[in-house]
Amino acid sequence: MSILVILEQQAGRWHRMSWETLAAGQQLAAALGEPVEAAVVGKAIGALANEAAAKKLAKVWAVEQDLLDSYTADGYTAALQQLIQKTQPKLVLFPHTYQVRDFAPKLATRFSQVLVSDAIAARLESGTLTLVRQFFQGKLSGNVRVGGAGPVFASLQAGAWRADALESGSAPVEVFAPVLDAEQIRQKPEAPFREAARAVDLTAAEIIVSVGRGVGEQSNLSVVEDLAQAFGAELAASRPICDAGWLPMERQVGSSGQTVAPKLYIAVGISGAIQHLVGMKGAKTVVAINKDSNAPIFEIADYGIVGDLFEVAPALAAEVRKAKGA
Amino acid sequence: MKIIVAIKQVPMRDSPLHPALSGKWIDEADLSFEINEPDAYALEEALQLKEKHGGEVVVLCAGPERAAQTIREALAKGADRAIHIEIDALVSLDTLGLAKLLAAAVTPEKPDLILTGLQSDDLGAGQTGVVMAELLGFPHSTIIMQVEVRDAGIRVKRELESGWFQHIEMPMPAVLAMQSGSNKLRYATLMGIKKAKSKEIHRVTPVELGGTASAVATIEKVYLPQKSKHTQIFEGDAKTAAAQLVEKLKFEARVI
Ligand SMILES: Cc1cc2nc3c(=O)[nH]c(=O)nc-3n(C[C@H](O)[C@H](O)[C@H](O)COP(=O)(O)OP(=O)(O)OC[C@H]3O[C@@H](n4cnc5c(N)ncnc54)[C@H](O)[C@@H]3O)c2cc1C
Ligand SMILES: Nc1ncnc2c1ncn2[C@@H]1O[C@H](COP(=O)(O)O)[C@@H](O)[C@H]1O
Repeated sequence: MSILVILEQQAGRWHRMSWETLAAGQQLAAALGEPVEAAVVGKAIGALANEAAAKKLAKVWAVEQDLLDSYTADGYTAALQQLIQKTQPKLVLFPHTYQVRDFAPKLATRFSQVLVSDAIAARLESGTLTLVRQFFQGKLSGNVRVGGAGPVFASLQAGAWRADALESGSAPVEVFAPVLDAEQIRQKPEAPFREAARAVDLTAAEIIVSVGRGVGEQSNLSVVEDLAQAFGAELAASRPICDAGWLPMERQVGSSGQTVAPKLYIAVGISGAIQHLVGMKGAKTVVAINKDSNAPIFEIADYGIVGDLFEVAPALAAEVRKAKGA
Repeated sequence: MKIIVAIKQVPMRDSPLHPALSGKWIDEADLSFEINEPDAYALEEALQLKEKHGGEVVVLCAGPERAAQTIREALAKGADRAIHIEIDALVSLDTLGLAKLLAAAVTPEKPDLILTGLQSDDLGAGQTGVVMAELLGFPHSTIIMQVEVRDAGIRVKRELESGWFQHIEMPMPAVLAMQSGSNKLRYATLMGIKKAKSKEIHRVTPVELGGTASAVATIEKVYLPQKSKHTQIFEGDAKTAAAQLVEKLKFEARVI
């Protein structure tokens, strides 16, 4: 009985959230007094498995098979089902990536279990595991308890555990070759692509003013544009603004868009859903302007103004101009 | 082509949220409800596919009586009929329990395609569609932006992280979890609203669908997130707050 951490790689490159999940696995293993193992899935992944083996782990499983070369939900589910049946872990941890969202619920169902998705914390009290996750896009938290006969499956939110807490070590690598049949894999994936070259590089911006759905209408954008101008900032946005076509997609910040780390990030009328936060929480200073004092954006903001952006943004623009002129 | 669209009724965006006395979920008494955002996009995609390829769009919703309102709105937008699984305590089900009910309701329909939203605004599990696909033995894909019908199958555009996309082909019947924002949503027309009144809503109970399984995963308690970071909040009128903020940005954070 152990903890199994599923690491993510694509075309031979790690998903950085893999290490956060591994750190969580190490910490829970220490608390439970159980060993922790990791698995990496793909074709010709020996080098990656060796890299993972330099962490403090009981074992690294190289789940290798030609049919696992590109990710498919059917292929990954079948492969990991076999590994879990062999190793019988108590707890299976995943990074909550887009790929994990796609197959982990299916895998858990194979064991009549329910994946606890996007968990932000795990608490152990007298041997019982409680997972904490968010509801209403971060506006509420909740404790979830998992029963059932099979292993507990949980995917962990980006940034909820720190990769720098990872302990080094030396683990044996074991190859696990699942039995897969090409017929079983119904999804036929094509090569990933990008829509268009990015004309705007937000990653180089020192100051970013970012606008969210709180702005209400496209014609109101000028209020925020003016604020950006006052700061000499690049303009960015949350997803709904780009979906609506009010700003081009290349200005979208978040898990589907750009990841930025400016000196100053000013979020105007943005609630602070995790998919937005992962794109900007590397900012040195975060300012939030929002009318809802419980908006999750305030959780990561250094400074905040609770108020109507249509009053606050023009006032702030005026004050910034004054301060710069002086 | 027969398309089933799973829609959920959720509290309106920006609803005030307070834990209920039981502590296990929010107090829903004074809230207004609407269709879950990505589900509206799933419905739009289904209606467009029907316009292109013909067939039928059936809306599927598990929820209390009040969900009938959201179902009617979907019918008014152009769905042909609906299945309403009447259940009061949705949160007492876990994803597996819910997906079992939905799958049981879907099975006799023999659909070509099932569209869900990629996640619900309230629970945010992001997995009901995937679990349904597994229970039904259908292939699936998630975070889908576009659907193209090709011979006996489909080719979908899937969103990957950081601005990447990918096309995937798979046979039908299939389950797709749709992303928000890829289409423009239509409004119900007056004609549509009128027509919706005579469209069929088939009501079924969980018992008729084989009963509800006891939950594997249970929510024990919900609460407002504990703040871990110290945020300096500036109050007062906009001008005063803005002036205080600029002062801090200049002399404390030194970013302007
Ligand atoms: C797989 C996936 C990928 C995603 N990728 C991204 C991504 O890359 N980037 C991204 O941003 N999102 C992404 N999202 C969406 C994300 O979950 C949120 O839905 C989105 O970030 C919400 O945008 P918002 O904060 O602008 O809108 P809302 O959540 O609607 O928030 C609007 C805010 O404005 C405030 N407000 C309203 N009126 C005013 C006013 N007059 N003055 C001041 N404040 C006001 C409200 O209090 C509220 O907090 C993704 C979601 C999924 C599931
Ligand atoms: N009670 C429900 N009735 C119908 N469809 C639902 C219900 N709950 C969830 N769904 C569908 O499953 C999707 C994902 O929900 P969730 O797994 O809760 O995040 C939603 O976008 C809906 O399409």
